[in-house]
Amino acid sequence: MALSTERPSPRRVPQRPGDRIFSGFSTGAGVLILVALAGVAAFLLVEAWPSLTAPAEDISGGEGLVLYVWPLLFGTLISAVFALVIAAPLAVAIALFITYYAPRRLAQALGYLIDLLAAVPSIIYGLWGFQQLAPLTVDPTTWLSENLGFLPFFAGPPSATGRTMFVAIIVLAVMILPIITAVVREAFRQTPRLHEEASLALGATRWEMIRMAVLPFGRSSIVGASMLGLGRALGETMAVAIVLSVSGGVTFNLIGSGNPSTIAANIALQFPESTGLQVNTLIASGLVLFAITLVVNMAARAVINRRKEFSGAN
Amino acid sequence: MPTPTTSTRSDTDLYAPLSGVPLTAGQLPRGAAPLTLLAVVLAGVALWLSGWNAAACAVLGAITYTLVVTVWSRVVEGSRKATDRLVTAVVTCAFLLALLPLISVVITVISKGLARFDAEFFTYSMRGIVGEGGGAYHAIMGTLIITGLATVISVPVGMLAAIYLVEYGRGKLAKAITFFVDVMTGIPSIVAGLFAYALFALFFGPGVRMGIMGAIALSVLMIPVVVRSTEEMLKLVPNELREASYALAVPKWRTIVKVVLPTALAGIATGVTLAIARVIGETAPLLVTVGITSSDNFDPFDGRMATLSVFAYNSYAHPGFPADAFTDRAWAAALVLIIIVMVLNLIARLISRLFAPKTRG
Amino acid sequence: MKRSTLGRVLALPAAAALTFGLVACGSANEGGGNGDSGEGGGSGGGVSGTISGAGASSQDAAQQAWQAGFLGNNPDATVNYDPSGSGAGREQFVAGGVDFAGSDAYLDEEELAGAKERCGQVVEVPAYVSPIAVIFNLEGVDQLNLKPATIAKIFNQKITKWNDPAIAADNPGVQLPDTAITPVNRSDESGTTENFVEYLKAAAPQDWPHEVSGDWPVQGGEAAQGTSGVVQAVSNGNGTIGYADASQAGDLSTAKVGVGEEFVQYSPEAAAKVLEVSERVQGRGEYSFAYDLARDTTEAGTYPIVLVSYELACANYDDANKAELVKAYFQYIISEEGQKASAESAGSAPISDALRQQIQPAVDAISAKG
Repeated sequence: MALSTERPSPRRVPQRPGDRIFSGFSTGAGVLILVALAGVAAFLLVEAWPSLTAPAEDISGGEGLVLYVWPLLFGTLISAVFALVIAAPLAVAIALFITYYAPRRLAQALGYLIDLLAAVPSIIYGLWGFQQLAPLTVDPTTWLSENLGFLPFFAGPPSATGRTMFVAIIVLAVMILPIITAVVREAFRQTPRLHEEASLALGATRWEMIRMAVLPFGRSSIVGASMLGLGRALGETMAVAIVLSVSGGVTFNLIGSGNPSTIAANIALQFPESTGLQVNTLIASGLVLFAITLVVNMAARAVINRRKEFSGAN
Repeated sequence: MPTPTTSTRSDTDLYAPLSGVPLTAGQLPRGAAPLTLLAVVLAGVALWLSGWNAAACAVLGAITYTLVVTVWSRVVEGSRKATDRLVTAVVTCAFLLALLPLISVVITVISKGLARFDAEFFTYSMRGIVGEGGGAYHAIMGTLIITGLATVISVPVGMLAAIYLVEYGRGKLAKAITFFVDVMTGIPSIVAGLFAYALFALFFGPGVRMGIMGAIALSVLMIPVVVRSTEEMLKLVPNELREASYALAVPKWRTIVKVVLPTALAGIATGVTLAIARVIGETAPLLVTVGITSSDNFDPFDGRMATLSVFAYNSYAHPGFPADAFTDRAWAAALVLIIIVMVLNLIARLISRLFAPKTRG
Repeated sequence: MKRSTLGRVLALPAAAALTFGLVACGSANEGGGNGDSGEGGGSGGGVSGTISGAGASSQDAAQQAWQAGFLGNNPDATVNYDPSGSGAGREQFVAGGVDFAGSDAYLDEEELAGAKERCGQVVEVPAYVSPIAVIFNLEGVDQLNLKPATIAKIFNQKITKWNDPAIAADNPGVQLPDTAITPVNRSDESGTTENFVEYLKAAAPQDWPHEVSGDWPVQGGEAAQGTSGVVQAVSNGNGTIGYADASQAGDLSTAKVGVGEEFVQYSPEAAAKVLEVSERVQGRGEYSFAYDLARDTTEAGTYPIVLVSYELACANYDDANKAELVKAYFQYIISEEGQKASAESAGSAPISDALRQQIQPAVDAISAKG
């Protein structure tokens, strides 16, 4: 933090009561955040505890907590990772298009549209995926299973309704697209103008300018934004619950009817009718999700911090 | 000297007569790319009209255009320009491809939502409504109240925490807060809901449902966003302003309140508004904390309230008879939500514009 | 800094006003609202006050109809019903979080003990009987007869083609295509699933090896969230078959179900008849009317795939006003008028007069403590 180091170190002016109160309040607010987060973690742990210690046959499914959570974890990871694989390149393309290719006026409108879409409630994406997108994918997935069936992803048999992991992945990708785009665009906008102009002046084409001046500058932001998107995709609840047909175990088949559920969607689907130990089990799965998002965010933070050290910004 | 038979290039007069090396590279004729695009689009439309699948036509057209322009440019202009044109085409295609589902979402919501986008929807609650008719006035108010409360909780906490981080924070505590605020942005919304529920269940017993619980769940999601955006904005305030203020013997807290905050206000307001937009459409946490009611309840400390997102979800998930009336209400509620978010975005822009630091006298 | 003092002074409150402006505007609209604000308090006809219930989402539409009818007679009363799920409803009811509950299953032993602790005797009446239709979407076929064993095999994925001999045998003269069968089930835990599975288990025990629970036991089928999800999934696909509350079947074809030697189309009367041939569970207290349904009945004209949902209340409440209100509401629910209202808007089967006479004393017994 540049500010704190530049400032003359501890001020000798006698602390006024106003100062003390104000700094107390702001420190308190910071601590409150820590307390809240600790509260969330503690609550998850306490509520999950009975299921961690319960005998295996009492857990829903009768095979213990690990076997209960594993397919969910698998579904969560596969949907989120594939969604990210689709969304990240597209998001970079959109950000590039808006920043460097689109006419200025259009770019502003587009940026606004993308920001808006970042805030569309997830249930809407769910309904859209169910009612609009899923029926459209029935024919293509049938084709895929007939012609590319040797790949485990398209093993089939294809779903008759299109409510597959494939569609869930696309819906998730569409949902995290605006979020990644917003962050990446911000990073591109901060690319030093002089670098861009210098490379153009040296005769670089637009792509060469982007490749040599923009992308290196924005690379870690792209990674950080992707991690943010991944975190969002991991925790997405309602959209997946509505779109995905969840009735299978661990499978790489993306186009069948039997798909593994995701942790968040499973909580939403099972919570209302659950009692006792079932609730504890669901919360334990929530704890797993919390741990994963924590790791993802830590990774993102590490990447973004590295950028701060290397780039000349600030 | 040899006659210019070696090349078909049009601008032969620019050849240096002695070396034979051109001083300018070849260039596609002006309008080559747009004309190719036009031709491809026309061909695509023709194919579509002759009974092809629209999606297949579009994909085929995009590929054809990219190939034609790249190859043509490679022959005439060389590989560097060709790569540039290729990337331009690919980026544009990717952009259009990505825009497609986003626009489809908006069109779907608008077309389905308009069916019940009438005066009754905005003035009636669902109390005593069976089947068709009724409205979401209670849900609209509920959403505004709960989101408003979440804002009232989140903004002071978030802003003060950001002030701590930028103006006071040093050492381990500041580092920990920065880190955990980031972690907090990743909390799944349903987990936030469960947390708020468990917290209140401790004091009020299980089965408790209150608007304020929802507000707290939303605050858990909102605070990190507020902290992050406020922090960024405060960092942008030039240090000279603070120093000038100190030099005039203004206490630090007054400096922050009177100098730093007003300077960063526009950015902070934008951040807060976007944070509101982020949480206003949350469904899962409200489902487990606020529940739903069909009557007006505008008291967030007493019992269940209706909110737009839960209203939409419930109308969709547990319809009565006729089911269409319920689905129409669900879509209309979704449309209202999007419009609220849009208005919030516009307000954010307006605030940025109105309160952006002025440099003129 | 060259900013005007005025600007600085105004900036904060103005921003605050803008940020919260929406809420403020909203409350100004409140007066012009719908004129049904329940807080009026003035003494009109009938009872007044607020009671809240929670529970089965299957009852949601019926509860809305009952509320509408009840509030029409008692304009000063407010009844809330949160369709948070049967399990949640029972739990909250036992814990005292809600005044009444709706549940797709009767209280189990433990819950019953807890509920008795809260309210002395428990009033438990089956007031919402809803036929579950077996819906299907198959091009060219709009009528099907299915025996219980065939239904069980289809949903257990043992029969995978529509032209399977087992289906063809019961449907002479119907052109069955060689389409794959896609069975659709609920992905959320639900009372509908539990009742449907209970039926399969009772009526076709050899072909349904799975345990009875609200969770769908077979892997690999198509699963959809909620009744509307199932209905839409069935409508969207070809060769799909599912189970859903009959009122939500819409334009979809529904199968006739084999009972004894005949095939019965669902109807309110046929569904309500199940309760009459079923045994009341004994030893639960005088006001508890829990039934173990005779799913395997061979009685002619009975439609055995029904969801029976219970209304739970206390026989004694601490608060006299609350007791009054719950009693009036329950009286309305089981009245002919109330049952007609739910039949119209939720497609439920009205309970028979004989049953009403049986359960009326239980509802009338609701009173204040002491």
